[in-house]
Parts: sequence; C-alpha cells; structure tokens
Amino acid sequence: MTSDRLWPLIATGLAIVIGGVLVAGFGHDPVAAYGSLLAGAFGGGYAVATTLARALPLMLAGLAVALSFQSGLFNIGASGQFWLGAIAAAWVGFRLEAPVWLHLPAALAAGAVAGAAWAAIVPGLAKAYRGANEVITTLMMTYAAVYFGHYLIEGGPMQAPGFVPQSPEIASSATLPTLVPGSQLSWGLVLAPIAAVAVWFLLQRTALGFALRVTGLNPRAARYAGINPAWAVLTALALSGAIAGVAGAVQVLGVDHRLYDSFGTEAGFTGIVVALLARNNPFGVLPAAVLFGALASGGNTMQLSAGVPFHLVDVIQGLIIFFIAAEGLLRYVRPARPALLRTPT
Amino acid sequence: MVVEAGPAGSREPPPVLRVRELTKQFPGVRALDGVDFDLRPGEVHAILGENGAGKSTLMNIVYGLLRPDAGALELWGRPYAPASPRDAAVAGVGMVHQHFMLIPALTVAENVALGAEPRRGLSLDVGTVHERLRALSAAYGMEVPPQARVADLSVGMRQRVEILKALYRDARLLVLDEPTALLTPQETLELFGAIRAYTARGLSVIFVSHKLDEVCAISNRVTVLRHGRRVATHDTRDATPRELAREMVGRDVMTGLDRPPRTPGPPLLTAVNLTAPGLGPLSFDVRAGEILGIAGVEGNGQETLVTALAGLAPARGALLLDGARLDRLNARRRIEAGLAVVPSDRHEDGLVLPMTVAENLALRRFHGPPYTRRGLLDLRYWYERAGRIVQAYDVRPPRPRAPVATLSGGNQQKVVLAREIDAGPTVLIASQPTRGLDVGATEFVHRQLLRLRAEGRGVLLLSLDLDEILALADRIAVLYRGRFMATVPREAADRERLGLLMAGTEP
Amino acid sequence: MILDLLVNPQLWASTVVLAIPIAFAAIGGVFSERAGVVNIALEGKMAIGAFTAVAISALTGNVWLGLLSALAAAALTAAALAWATVYLRADHIICGLAINILAVGITGFLFNTIYGPLGTPTSTPPVPTWTLPGLSTIPFIGEVLGNHQALVYLFFAILVAANWVMFRTPLGLRWRAVGEYPRAADAAGVPVLRVKFWAVVAAGAVAGLGGADLSVGILNSFSPDMVAGRGFIALAAVIFGGWRPWGAFWASVLFGFTTALSFQLQGVSRVSKDLLLILPYAATVLVLAGVVGRTTPPASDGLPYDPER
Repeated sequence: MTSDRLWPLIATGLAIVIGGVLVAGFGHDPVAAYGSLLAGAFGGGYAVATTLARALPLMLAGLAVALSFQSGLFNIGASGQFWLGAIAAAWVGFRLEAPVWLHLPAALAAGAVAGAAWAAIVPGLAKAYRGANEVITTLMMTYAAVYFGHYLIEGGPMQAPGFVPQSPEIASSATLPTLVPGSQLSWGLVLAPIAAVAVWFLLQRTALGFALRVTGLNPRAARYAGINPAWAVLTALALSGAIAGVAGAVQVLGVDHRLYDSFGTEAGFTGIVVALLARNNPFGVLPAAVLFGALASGGNTMQLSAGVPFHLVDVIQGLIIFFIAAEGLLRYVRPARPALLRTPT
Repeated sequence: MVVEAGPAGSREPPPVLRVRELTKQFPGVRALDGVDFDLRPGEVHAILGENGAGKSTLMNIVYGLLRPDAGALELWGRPYAPASPRDAAVAGVGMVHQHFMLIPALTVAENVALGAEPRRGLSLDVGTVHERLRALSAAYGMEVPPQARVADLSVGMRQRVEILKALYRDARLLVLDEPTALLTPQETLELFGAIRAYTARGLSVIFVSHKLDEVCAISNRVTVLRHGRRVATHDTRDATPRELAREMVGRDVMTGLDRPPRTPGPPLLTAVNLTAPGLGPLSFDVRAGEILGIAGVEGNGQETLVTALAGLAPARGALLLDGARLDRLNARRRIEAGLAVVPSDRHEDGLVLPMTVAENLALRRFHGPPYTRRGLLDLRYWYERAGRIVQAYDVRPPRPRAPVATLSGGNQQKVVLAREIDAGPTVLIASQPTRGLDVGATEFVHRQLLRLRAEGRGVLLLSLDLDEILALADRIAVLYRGRFMATVPREAADRERLGLLMAGTEP
Repeated sequence: MILDLLVNPQLWASTVVLAIPIAFAAIGGVFSERAGVVNIALEGKMAIGAFTAVAISALTGNVWLGLLSALAAAALTAAALAWATVYLRADHIICGLAINILAVGITGFLFNTIYGPLGTPTSTPPVPTWTLPGLSTIPFIGEVLGNHQALVYLFFAILVAANWVMFRTPLGLRWRAVGEYPRAADAAGVPVLRVKFWAVVAAGAVAGLGGADLSVGILNSFSPDMVAGRGFIALAAVIFGGWRPWGAFWASVLFGFTTALSFQLQGVSRVSKDLLLILPYAATVLVLAGVVGRTTPPASDGLPYDPER
C-alpha cells in the first residue's frame, strides 16, 4: 500500500535519474543541467511566476482530465476543448462590450460552454447512444478543433483586419489582469485552487459526483443503483470539457489576448500526464502541474545556460507516465475492468 | 494396488481414463473430495450433478485448465497430468465447453484449423482444412458450412463446429460439458447421433449434464456427484430417473432454521404476463410474509427475470408493487418504490469494490433524502448509519471506512443484504444470495430472509440450490427455459419431482 | 475550376506522396490492433523512425542502412510498448501516450545535441527515385504512379505482403484470433502473449518506415515536430479502413487527398483549406458512431489478457 502511494514519486525520481544519465551520456554535466533547470524554474520571483504561468493551464486541464478519469471516461481530447474554450472566450472578448464585472465572467463562461459542447455533443452522444470509443472521438475532435480555429482566424469570421492569421485583440474589460508585472502570470491563477476545490467537492460531496464515481468504478453496479449510464457519460464529458474550455479561456484572456495560428494546445495533452501523476486527485493535480510547469520554464533556462536541449523535459515526462502506466495504472483509471475487480471470496 | 475384477471375472479392457482420489480445494469450498472415476473405451459416461457438485472442476482438471491438490489421473494406462489445454489436446483429449471457445469473427474452417494449421509453403492450406472438415462432417453426420463466419451460425451449428474442432485434432476422448443446455430438441437428437457415430469407432465420451432424461437416453454408465463427492456409479440401464434424481439432489435437509408456519397476506408483488427475451410470459405473485422460491438450473432465465423486475432490461407485461404500477418506472424509481434487489453477482452488480462499506451501503439509495439533501451528500448520516449497520449485521471488520474489496465474501454479501433489507423494502428479490459463501454466512443470509418473512414482507428467492429453496420457500416455482414448469406449495413439494421438473421433465 | 484540379495528375501524384507515410503507420496500426493492442504510439514510432533514418543515412552515407536502422529503432520502441501492454498488462492508451512523449523528447534531444541549430546535414543521401518502365509511360496513371522514390513502391510491396500474411497464412490466422478472443486462441494452443508481442513489434517496424518516408523519403531532413499528428491520423485511417490493410491504405489516401487538395486550392478557390482538412476526422467520427457504415474493432482490442484467469 505504501509503495503504491509513493509510486508517482518513485516514477518521477526514476525518470529524473534516467534523464540525468542521458544528459551525461552526451557529454553534459547532469548536475549543472538540473541546477540550471531548478534555477530557471524557481530562482527568484520572476522565475516562479513563469513556472506558475506555465502550470496554470496544466492545472485546469489536469482537473478536466482527472474528472473524466474518475468518471471512467478517457477524455484524451482536452486539447480540442481547450481550443474551443479559447475561441469562444476570444470571440466574446473582442466582440462584446461590457463592464469588467460582466465581460470577464461572460468570456470565461463562454469558454466553459464551448468546451462542454465540444466534448459532450459529438463524443458524448456518440458514446452514450452508439458506444463509440471516446478515446478516438475526442482525439478526432481535437484535430477538428484545431483546423476549425485556424479557419476562423484565416479567412474566417474571426480574422483581424489585415493578412496575419490572428483574431483581433480582446477588450481590456475581458482581460485577466497580470498578477506579477512583467510575467505571463495572470490573476487566472486564483481560479486553479477554486476549480480544484470545486472538482473535489463535486466528486466527493454531491450526489452527482457520487453517481459519476460509481459509474467510473463499476458501470454495471451503477445501473443497479439506478444511475442512467447515458446521462452519466454526457454529464461527465460536459463537465470535463467545461473545465478544459475554461483552461483555454484563461490562456487567451490572461496570456495571449488574441488567437494566433500557433496558439498551443499541448496543455490538453500534458493535462493527461498531470492527472495521471496526481492519480486523479484534484488536490494532487496542483503540485503535479507545478512540476510540469517548472520543467517547462526551467527547461528553457537549462537549454540557454547549460546547453542541454529542452527536449530533456519531454523525455522525463514520457518516462514518468511510462513508469506509472507499467505499474498497473488501470486500477486508478479504469478500475471497472472485471479482471481487476475480482478479489478472492 | 489391486486391479478391480470385471463382472463375472471377464477381462475388461483397460480404462481410457482413470481418476483416483481427486481432490481440489478452492478458498472456502472443497470442490472435489476424493473422487474416483473411470472411462471405458467406446462408452458414453455421464457425469450427473447439480450446479456446484464439482462436475466442471473435474472436467477442467481433465482438460488441463486446473491442477488437482491431490489424486492422480491416468490416460491409456499412463500417468496424465496436463498443465494446459494444449497438453490435453496433444494427449488426445478434446473438450466442448458450455461457453464455446470459438471466435465469432472467423470462419468455421479458420476456427477449426486455429492452432493446428496445415501449411502449403508458407500459407494456410485452406483446401486441406475444407477437405478434412467435409470428411469429418460426413463421417459423423454433422454438416457445417466451412466458409461461413461463426458469428452467423446458430447455437447448434456452433456446437458442431466445436465438436469438429476436437475431432480435427484427433481427439480420442471427448468431454462434452452441458452440451444440450442451449440446443433445441431436434439439435439434441442430431448431437446424440454424432455421439453414437463417435463411440461406434471405439472412442469415448464424457457427457456432463444435469438433465436426467438425456443422461438416460445417451449414456452407458452414469456417475453422480454431489457436493464434490462421488455418490454412485451405475450402468445406466439399471438406474431409474427417480433414483438418479434422489442421488443428485441428496437427502440432507438444512437444520437449525426456524420457519414457523404463517398464513401469507395479500400479494405485494404481482407480475402478469411478464415477457422479456428468453423469458416468459410469466405470471406470479409474491404475498406478504411469504418466500416464493424460484428453482431451476442455471441459464433458464433467472438473470433476465431479475433484471426485468429491477427495471434494467426491456420487458413487457404488468408489474404491481403493493398495488401500484411498477412497470412504467425506471430502475431508480423502483428502488424508491420499495423494491430491493440482491443481484447474483455481487462483485459485478451489487458492489463497488474500491469504495468503502459506508458508500456501498448507500449505493442504491443515495439519490434522495436522508442520504442526499439538495444534491449534497449527508456523509455524517452515511457513516453514522454505516456504523450502526456494521454492528447490527456483524460485518467484519466493523469499519465503515474499510474498502469493501478488503472484506471476505461473506461480509461483502452482508453489506449487500444489509443495504437492501435495512431500508425496509416491500419486496426483496434475492438472486443466489448464498453463492460462494461459507456455512456461517449462508446461515446468516437465511435468517435474514426469514426475518423479512416474519415481518410480513415479500421475498422472491432465486436459487440454483434446491436444498436452499426447500429450506426457505413457502411456495416453489420451477423455471425451465424461461417458463414456469409448475408452482407448488412447499408442503406438497417433493425433491424428486422438483428435480425432474428442473430437468424439463413433467413427472 | 475544381474539375480542372481533379484531372490534374499533379494533385493525384502529391496525394500519393502525402498518403504513403500515413499508410505505412496505418498498416502498423492494423498489425497491432488486429492482435488486440490499441496503438496510439504510432506517432512516436514515426518520429523515432524519421530521426533514425536521417541520422544513420547521414552517418554511413547509405540510405538503405538508414532505412533498416529506422525500422529497427522503431521496432525496439514498439517492444517497450509491447512489453508493458502485453506482459505487464498496462493500459494501452497511457503507455502509448508515454511512448509518444518519450519519442518526441528523445528525437528532439538527440537532434539538438547532435545537429544543433543547423539541422540535419544537407549531404544526407536521399531515397532514390525510381521511374517504373512501362507504368510511367501510360498517360495520367504514369504521371501519378510511375515516378516516385523507392519507399512508395516498397510500401505497395508491404501492403500486398501484409494482406497476404494477415488473411492467408497460419500466422495471420493466429494474429487475428488473439485480438478477437484470446482465451479461445489459448485453448486452441496459440501462444497468445508471444503473438501479441511480435505483432506490436512488427507494427512499430512498419510505422518506423512511415517516419523514414517523411524524413529521408520526402524532405531529406529531420525536424523535431515533423510528424505533426500523422500517427494519430494513421490511427483514424485504421478505424476508417475497418482494421484491414487495404482499407487502411484507402483511408490514408483519403487523408492524403484532402491535404493535397487543400494545398492546391489555396489561392484558387474560396473554400477554406482548414475546413477541408476537417473532413477526414469528421468522417472517422461518423464511422465510429455508426452513422456512416459500421466498423467493428477486433473484439478484445485494448483489453489485457491474463492467461492465468
């Protein structure tokens, strides 16, 4: 049991050691590399702010994925919902005019609704009523989302005047103000712990959350308990998509302030890693996201000052998940599988 | 070792298979207890017994799926200890499982050839497979279309494919596990024809069944198992169905149960023409203070009946609970209306194993007050109630926060039962409530069912164990192929007659 | 105007060029999914293949050695996936994700360490272009199919061979059996885990060639983000193609075609290239939901098999 609980830490440690070996193998000094990574991530207020700015979308996306995992669904398409959230928030942000107290919440809400719709309508209905595997459908919807977004800002209705594929800048009344001047860290950061508490409360303290968890752990018992499986699938995907949509909205309202062609969607994928490392615990998601945020921001410093390629960070991430998966992660993500539920009678 | 002398001192041919003192222990139950058995060349030897008598365990050992704890096997005079089905197949043992080991997406020929593929160069020699299939089909009178996908075949056809698969591998000993369970009468006759053609070549068949008439029709000898022990071995022509039925179901009556006579009250659960795929139309009622027992062999519609009543499977017909319409309600409303269900598979349907005892105790009732108020869980209530229940029902360990997965089977079932009973249901449907439980836990379950009866509630008890039905039920309905063969009061019930009814035979 | 485009052999020739890397990976996807292992790691294996092909070709000056190494490196990567999913019964999706991230990391790390900002050497030998005598002289068809680099033709050889192995050999029969109903295959004497393992390794090898096609075949260079989701597209092609080699190929052609068309349409038409590019993904979702046709995955695709139970 103890080694079970410690495994994410062990996996992380192992990954860092193997990454170090790789670095050393190519003639770099692993201590210097990790030292510069740490310094880049946590050395000073600006560094910490950057780390947190990188971690913020991961926190929200990680919560989105954790919620779907706890409901027994594999929402691998958080990236697409992230995109849709960003699109909707940007649209509300530059299109509407309203006072801050209305405009900003409206933009965030638009992101949530768009993300929810992107997850629930196609993948949700297809899963609930046609049994279509949500892993594939949410993934396909991610690509559709990215191309749809590109269309909107390149010849589509959201392109700013001119030839650059980008949307107009959002109004200042919809902007999430910067928390640490000069950094990319916005006041959106306060949303992360609120969202973590909300997800935890939903799952652990409400009848709805209990129904979702029961469905996630044992869909057959859920049916016997009077829970409608189609309803559970739709609700779980909508909620997960909503959080991912808010993540995208926070990114566009707090950091980018407009949609670009190169608007990143990796947060959705890294969110999966974050959720896995946190074992789908909403409060675990926050530090796990900080870890990956630190790797991302510190990785840049490491590349610049120690000359170790940034991709070391990806290697470490990949190794962490691989170790976690290889430990028999099924129990945490899809415990509903019969083979794993059978205990001696 | 002394070799048994044959009848009248004649020299018997050595047995094909000889099983000595076979014992297999599973956690909490001795599935086989010193069983002896032998199979002669060219005979059909039936193994007769109720569910749980040890038939499947014995056959799985013969086929290399299980290894015995004690005892020995000999095949054609040589020690035989198969470690896998592969070993068994190589040794010439073929098995037709009750649940077919066929791959629906593949063709008949592909299924037959799989694992023993003839090659021509590098490719699969389909021609040879077809040719041999045709020859075998002709020899045993079992036509199959070699190029058809198994998914498109009827159950009877699939079974032929299973048999042909064994014959294709030159099986000289064929184990048929409940081969007629899913067959039509016509298909059964065809199967018997094939079995006779097989034994006519001096090859041997073990025919595992609980259907008396079929055992009498096809076998040369019959061995009866009960509770993991061999009760008797007869020449079939010397045995009567009545005698076999008695040996199969046994005479041991459960003791220590206090079931005072009671005049049942008005009907609490009424079904009129309840119909679902493979079930019904069934009409019955469960009265207040009554246990209605549904006896029957596994797979005769019990699961469908439970899911139809619980609102989890589409069904037609009227259902009334204490006079109110139940059939239009969904599963959740039926629970709230006072219908409690103990499903037969507690791990898959009854419990969420990683969740705590308290959570599982709330599982089917969490939707509304007092468990949930305005959408929020009243966890204090959950754990208080759980604390009380684990004491009252003696759940061990008595910790509401223990994950149910860490409890023993008996204690898990206590959780399920406590959840359903403690809410004060109008009617309880208990499907195989003691399956896999030890004696103590079984007794506990029985006492709880009788307590409900004493309190004037209705109980519908489905069990594969006839002893259990006889010990508890006030009336007994026998389910066979989705229909009731008969409904008899307990006082008028006679074990042998029930055994015959369960086997689909009208006495 | 659109019609002019459609009869332009250039469009179809570039459809072939764009389809082949995806089709390689899709064949790999068919291999592993038919054996019951969901393979979202195609993306990563393509990246490994792409990098290895360039690195070894540049190092040895022999592109064939490069291709062989790409195949081997991707197979080795796949072996890690196979080991975790088949023997440790780890979750296929999560392991696949891990492999993808790991592959991006390793190739990016090595690329930056070895080549740095200048990128892979321009002296890397390319895969030779073959002009098929006979075929290339046929009008239109010759222009579409007659003049490609060798990997395109190698692909067709692999496609035909894959189809033959899958549906005409004992190995293929066992392969399909373990993905459908491993317990029945086990009972019939098939060594289930071994068959699954090698199916996933073979899938990796073929997907690696797809990556190599991208790098030494088409661009003759490597950049860390060059696979750009083609592995996931290949997965969609596997499903769209009904888990059959030829089906996966035609689905890849559809993806290649929409991409090629979107290039050709730029500046010619008002149809948005981006909306056009959504089509194959939308089609895959519709197929999966059974709205258009119905495809059935191998029955035990994605499920772990424990012979002890």
